[in-house]
Amino acid sequence: METAPAYHLILEGILILWIIRLLFSKTYKLPETYKLTEKEKEDLIEEWQPEPLVPPVSKEHPAITYDVVTGPPSHKIIINGKECVNFASFNFLGLLDNERVKEKALASLKKYGVGTCGPRGFYGTFDVHLELESRLAAFMKTEEAIIYSYGFATIASAIPAYSKRGDIIFVDEAACFSIQKGLQASRSFIKYFKHNDMEDLERLLKEQELEDQKNPRKARVTRKFIVVEGLYMNTSDVCPLPDLVKLKYKYKVRIFLEESLSFGVLGEHGKGVTEHFGVNMDDIDLISANMENAVASIGGFCCGRSFVIDHQRLSGQGYCFSASLPPMLAAAAIEALNIMEEDPDIFTVLRKKCEHVYSALQGIPSLKVVGVSFAPALHLQLERGSGSRVTDLQRLRSVVDYCLDRNVALTVARYLEKEERFLPPPRLQA
Amino acid sequence: MARTAEGNLKPQPNGLKTEELVGNGFHNPREKSSPQSGVHPRQNKQESFEQPPMYVAVMTYVGYGLVTLFGYFRDFLRAVGLEKCHVAQEREEQKDFTPLYQDFENFYTRNLYMRVRDNWNRPICSLPGPVFDLMERVSDDYNWTFRFTGKSIPNVINMGSYNYLGFAENNADFLKSVADRLQRYGAAVCSTRQETGNLSLHEELEQLVAEFLGVESSMTFGMGFATNSMNIPALVGKGCLIISDELNHTSLILGARLSGATIRVFKHNNMCSLEKMLKEAVCSGQPRTRRPWRKILIMVEGIYSMEGSVVRLPEIIALKEKYKAYLYLDEAHSIGAVGPTGRGVTELFNVNPGDVDVMMGTFTKSFGAAGGYIAGKKELVDYLRSQSHSAVYASAMSPAITEQIIRAIKCITGKDGSTEGIRRIRQLAENTRYFRARLKEMGFIIYGGDESPVVPLLLYMPAKVVAFAREMLARKIGVVVVGFPATPITEARARFCVSAAHTRDMLNQVLHHLNEVGDNLCLKFSRRKHPSRPDPCEETNS
Repeated sequence: METAPAYHLILEGILILWIIRLLFSKTYKLPETYKLTEKEKEDLIEEWQPEPLVPPVSKEHPAITYDVVTGPPSHKIIINGKECVNFASFNFLGLLDNERVKEKALASLKKYGVGTCGPRGFYGTFDVHLELESRLAAFMKTEEAIIYSYGFATIASAIPAYSKRGDIIFVDEAACFSIQKGLQASRSFIKYFKHNDMEDLERLLKEQELEDQKNPRKARVTRKFIVVEGLYMNTSDVCPLPDLVKLKYKYKVRIFLEESLSFGVLGEHGKGVTEHFGVNMDDIDLISANMENAVASIGGFCCGRSFVIDHQRLSGQGYCFSASLPPMLAAAAIEALNIMEEDPDIFTVLRKKCEHVYSALQGIPSLKVVGVSFAPALHLQLERGSGSRVTDLQRLRSVVDYCLDRNVALTVARYLEKEERFLPPPRLQA
Repeated sequence: MARTAEGNLKPQPNGLKTEELVGNGFHNPREKSSPQSGVHPRQNKQESFEQPPMYVAVMTYVGYGLVTLFGYFRDFLRAVGLEKCHVAQEREEQKDFTPLYQDFENFYTRNLYMRVRDNWNRPICSLPGPVFDLMERVSDDYNWTFRFTGKSIPNVINMGSYNYLGFAENNADFLKSVADRLQRYGAAVCSTRQETGNLSLHEELEQLVAEFLGVESSMTFGMGFATNSMNIPALVGKGCLIISDELNHTSLILGARLSGATIRVFKHNNMCSLEKMLKEAVCSGQPRTRRPWRKILIMVEGIYSMEGSVVRLPEIIALKEKYKAYLYLDEAHSIGAVGPTGRGVTELFNVNPGDVDVMMGTFTKSFGAAGGYIAGKKELVDYLRSQSHSAVYASAMSPAITEQIIRAIKCITGKDGSTEGIRRIRQLAENTRYFRARLKEMGFIIYGGDESPVVPLLLYMPAKVVAFAREMLARKIGVVVVGFPATPITEARARFCVSAAHTRDMLNQVLHHLNEVGDNLCLKFSRRKHPSRPDPCEETNS
């Protein structure tokens, strides 16, 4: 048996002692050259000047002074004291001063009071809400509908409920602001395609397909959506829905359709752009609309198959964390639906009037009409812009004032200049 | 996950002093704030966040664990085909699309929530006053689908609706002006504020709100949730810092995210944590570039709806002045509900409303209507009139609702000539004090300050939560229970909202039933000895 030589043992002993020392010694820290002394911190705090909470707004900014409307904003509207024919509100079917609607709302007021005092989950669900949801689902021939208490919040809560970080959304450039906010809240990848340009969309979809083939595992869990509007708020034209449905099945993307302007306007019975084109309702995954235009109430709804809609009941932020729609507004909406169902002629009347106005507005020198002939909301744009938005806006404002003097109410279409992604040129809205 | 206990609760001093909270396993100890500067006697608030005994935490985790295991088991049965799958399925034509929901996302919904979901979304068929009628609904297949029998459960006492001042009423006299406006203007406005939606009614309302709060001017919006999510992005942007409380509401968090600013979170109502964060922010600047921040915005709420705690306003204002930050106060639950004349936490703490830069609130709770407001200096409100997303793109408030708020404010301030408003505020304060004192006396653990009409009663274990809700409904009392994910996983609770419309009898009835149910279900976890309730005639705080 070999005994270890002495120097071995001594070396090992020294090594063990060294290890023990290392274990117990403090870790070596880089000297904190960035640590500030207390005095320096106080100096910094004193020196720091934040920006003012809000930048000063000049008194001439057009958006500060609103036009004051006294009296109901129905067909005749009193703006700033002048009585005018109302071409500026979104009261397409004229249900705002319909007596039946008002009566039902009054009855509901007498029974339920004004507010609901709670979100849907905590005793804020009234039988009127359930009735309105089932009526909407029956009207649109879908399985289920869900109501929100504010139109803007509808699509802005619906999109982030389904699309999360890592998913891909293809959006039209002319999408309205609430869609943009919904997209921002969802944190997904957004790809814009040119307005109503199916070839551009197809090009983007093909690119995405190539990407997917490179990474099939990731592609299997990435959801893809197309978000379009039925009747665009910003350009007053219609999306090519049958082509979109073909693309949907070819590239396996889901479609979310926003029908705020087209619900109650397009289609033989007012069911919107799906009826207008004769597309099967089941092909669209989610239809969202707000009730603040044709239906002349407040709030919004989403409808579709239960598989899709039920998810929003737990994950739609504007639904779970906000008080529900006041019952009298829900009752007004139900009555408006009744009227729409009983009398489908009003849609034909509306369409005829739209075409009439459209043809009458053609040929006005230096103003061109933007929009399709049967759209109830048209835009009048300056033919030759002066290059400066402010001057254009001033000229348009003077046109509006001129019209107001002659008892016709129009309005300059309002946009938030810094926030919109693709800012439309200044125009009037009629 | 539970840490070992650092010791039992310290022997309790006389219950009137602010308590030290000792870590008892699964919570970070909540630190006391910096020493009081003796500004106002209300600083020594009787806010309590008592920790339960250790076995409760253990049983809660065991409960969740069991339910999760069962969930996996049932999923397995469903996959194999032994159990019928009630969940809605994707269309046949779309089966080869990417699945819309991750399987795990729905695990909680399928296996935990579905079994007990009869306790939420209960539909009512009367006005949400102090008593209401619930629609009777039964389920034949364990809550997958509901069926309405057509009958209703009448006169259920309502402890869940946010009806603090009792304005959820349908008295024809009170509502006369609202009915008139509805008749004249119709239900809605069909336009945005900047276009043709600005009625003279709205301007009247805004003036009233500004006077009521004691500020220069205000602006109103159609939805309370949207007020936050649409205006915070207009005020702050990239390069700004938002310091928000841990337990802020979803609307504040959404607004902060949409703004693009950097967000930092401080511990709930903890002034040390806030000060540390402010100091560090001012001294270090933006994270990588070290440039100074453009502005710092502190976001807090007046009363936190899940905890019932009241914000420490004077201390926050002192900090804000020192570090030159701006304060955003969300008074959704506190406006109208606290303060001697109902003007919210600024009145409660005797603070000048001009010190708060942005005062925000909602009309849904104390005013019985819908919508929200932002109030402050004239420059702020003018800026919002031009830049707020809501003014440009979202529809204006309905005229009837506007009238309801006007009427409510006039009633509260006494402008309509009656003392009804003051009576309601006093009634609410008295009801709150009585209810809280009796609950503590019975031995339940409740959170929050003594002035807050929001009373969370801690239940902890998931099964007890459900049993509590169902049992109380059987006794004709409607309560609201909340669990994970709205609260931390171990702190499921029942939340009561006291209302000025509740009479002493109703409260006594509720308390009586609570006592019984508490004994049956062993819910009285408090280990404190409380003095018997103080005589309501003796006011200890002036």
